[in-house]
Amino acid sequence: MMQHLPILPVLVPLLTAAMLLLPPFQDKLSRQRWFSGGGLVLLFCVSVLGLVQSSSGATSFYLLGNWPQPFGIVLVHDRLAAMFVLLASVLAMAAWLFSLGGEDGQGAFYHPLLHFLLMGINGAFLTGDLFNLFVFFEVLLISSYGLLMHGGGKARARAGLHYVLMNLAGSAVFLLALALLYAVLGTLNIADMALRINQLEPSQTLLVKAAAGMLLLVFGLKAAVLPLHFWLPTAYASAAPAVAAMFAVMTKIGVYCLLRVFGTLFAEPGNPLAGFGQQLLWLAGLATLLLAAIGVVAAQSMKKLVAYLVLVSVGSLISVLAIGTVPAIAAVLYYCLHSTLIAAALFLLADVIAQQRGTVADRLVSGRPLQQPVLLGSLFILAALAVVGMPPLSGFVGKIWLLQAATVSSDRIVLWSVVLVSSLLVLIALTRAGSTLFWRLNRQQAGNDSTSQPQLFAVISLLLCSPLLVIFGDAVMQFCLAAAQQLQAPLSFSTSGGVEQ
Amino acid sequence: MMELLMSIVIGVLTACGVLMLLRARTFAVMLGLTMLSYAVNLFIFVSGGLTAGKGAVLGRSDIYSDPLPQALVLTAIVIGFAMTAFLVILAIRARADLGNDHVDGNSGKSQEDGA
Repeated sequence: MMQHLPILPVLVPLLTAAMLLLPPFQDKLSRQRWFSGGGLVLLFCVSVLGLVQSSSGATSFYLLGNWPQPFGIVLVHDRLAAMFVLLASVLAMAAWLFSLGGEDGQGAFYHPLLHFLLMGINGAFLTGDLFNLFVFFEVLLISSYGLLMHGGGKARARAGLHYVLMNLAGSAVFLLALALLYAVLGTLNIADMALRINQLEPSQTLLVKAAAGMLLLVFGLKAAVLPLHFWLPTAYASAAPAVAAMFAVMTKIGVYCLLRVFGTLFAEPGNPLAGFGQQLLWLAGLATLLLAAIGVVAAQSMKKLVAYLVLVSVGSLISVLAIGTVPAIAAVLYYCLHSTLIAAALFLLADVIAQQRGTVADRLVSGRPLQQPVLLGSLFILAALAVVGMPPLSGFVGKIWLLQAATVSSDRIVLWSVVLVSSLLVLIALTRAGSTLFWRLNRQQAGNDSTSQPQLFAVISLLLCSPLLVIFGDAVMQFCLAAAQQLQAPLSFSTSGGVEQ
Repeated sequence: MMELLMSIVIGVLTACGVLMLLRARTFAVMLGLTMLSYAVNLFIFVSGGLTAGKGAVLGRSDIYSDPLPQALVLTAIVIGFAMTAFLVILAIRARADLGNDHVDGNSGKSQEDGA
């Protein structure tokens, strides 16, 4: 059983989703809820087991169909993958819990789609094969298209069309890059590709460079880096809140792929393409950060504001990722955990606030008083403190670590000023948003539509992750450091034979 | 000669696809994406090298063509087909919800009004 652990995060959601489509669960929402929740708990247990197994330090390869490497499809299970799989399952549980408030009944297939999305996400985190990565991308994308449209409505149709078109074009580019890499290198296994790039003839480096550029474009689109980010704010702001919370991990998939694919392909120093794209990512990340901070200030509704906050975190992650040292990558991993959980919590919180404000919903204008102002207000303050990076929450630790990652003084000047200025802008925007939502009231009475217990519980449990990331900060940081070291160490599977051509 | 023909076909398909992709109406964009995916499929297909007369089945020939691009292109075709089907439904839905077939969901007129 333990040897099959790496495949379980893909299989459990797949089977749960397939079961949910069968007659015993069809059109029976309460049964779907319980079964879906059971599947999520099982997935969570599997992810925790995976994390424990990975922390022993060895990278385990799971050979599907027992084909020897590099011929068959391989799953790579190391600290990095295990960590992200656990993150996805935690988010999914929060999304599930929140949707019990009635949101899952707005469309027929919320629960199956959630599990198919998880299958795609986990698969993308675990795979060690570039074509397989494409397939899992498509699995997660098609479920995300369905989830984004969940509930229907004009705004979702509009945002959904953009999202789908952008991603379809992205998939075409991804396939072009794949075919080009296969034509030059003759393999699709990422670790094997890295070996072959090292033995590349100078005449072929240009082709690989072109393919790497296209991959950079695709992962940049997934991560929503500056010129490719226009789909994100509208899509995330118009999605159903539980869906938006789940989507908080989707931009991190782009970041993860940049780490995994580029980190493996061009890792070794003697590589002819070592450091490919780093300068570009550095600049794009910083520009994303600045522009997103301006977007946060300019946002006219709470959900838009949170969507831009997701972009802020992407900008910080990408620019520090471009530094590329082990501490920098470890800082990126820690900040990934923090920013994903807090962004998800904020999406959910924005909806809870919107529910209690009646017709003005989440727009940042004066409205009627909230029914639970003290509770929601304190949750908002906690979330805002975490996102801005004030002590004592995880944002503070994460940001300090990000800032320390820049060791060259010229980098340090640029990174510090951009990150700190954008943090200030975010602080101003959140202060203004909070005072508008909670204090600028009109003369109406508070409504009596209080938030359902599961929804509040989902928000609180996501927010609790932030202090937990600080209390267990040392363990988490050690784990991130070890994961970054493991990522940078060259993968060692025996490729003595390789593919005969 | 075969290589030249193939590259011209792929190039023209890609160019047409991108041109159509930049249009503002969902139907044109859909056609553009379809063309682009045809170009991509052809590109994957030839990534194993263009040769004539190689065997595809074991035991029938002394030399074999690379089977992997064929498997990849099959996967890519299936996925592309499903995505196009989804896009068609989505475009029809958006046409019904938004009242026009502009990709931004507003007709040219209201855009001029600054809406």
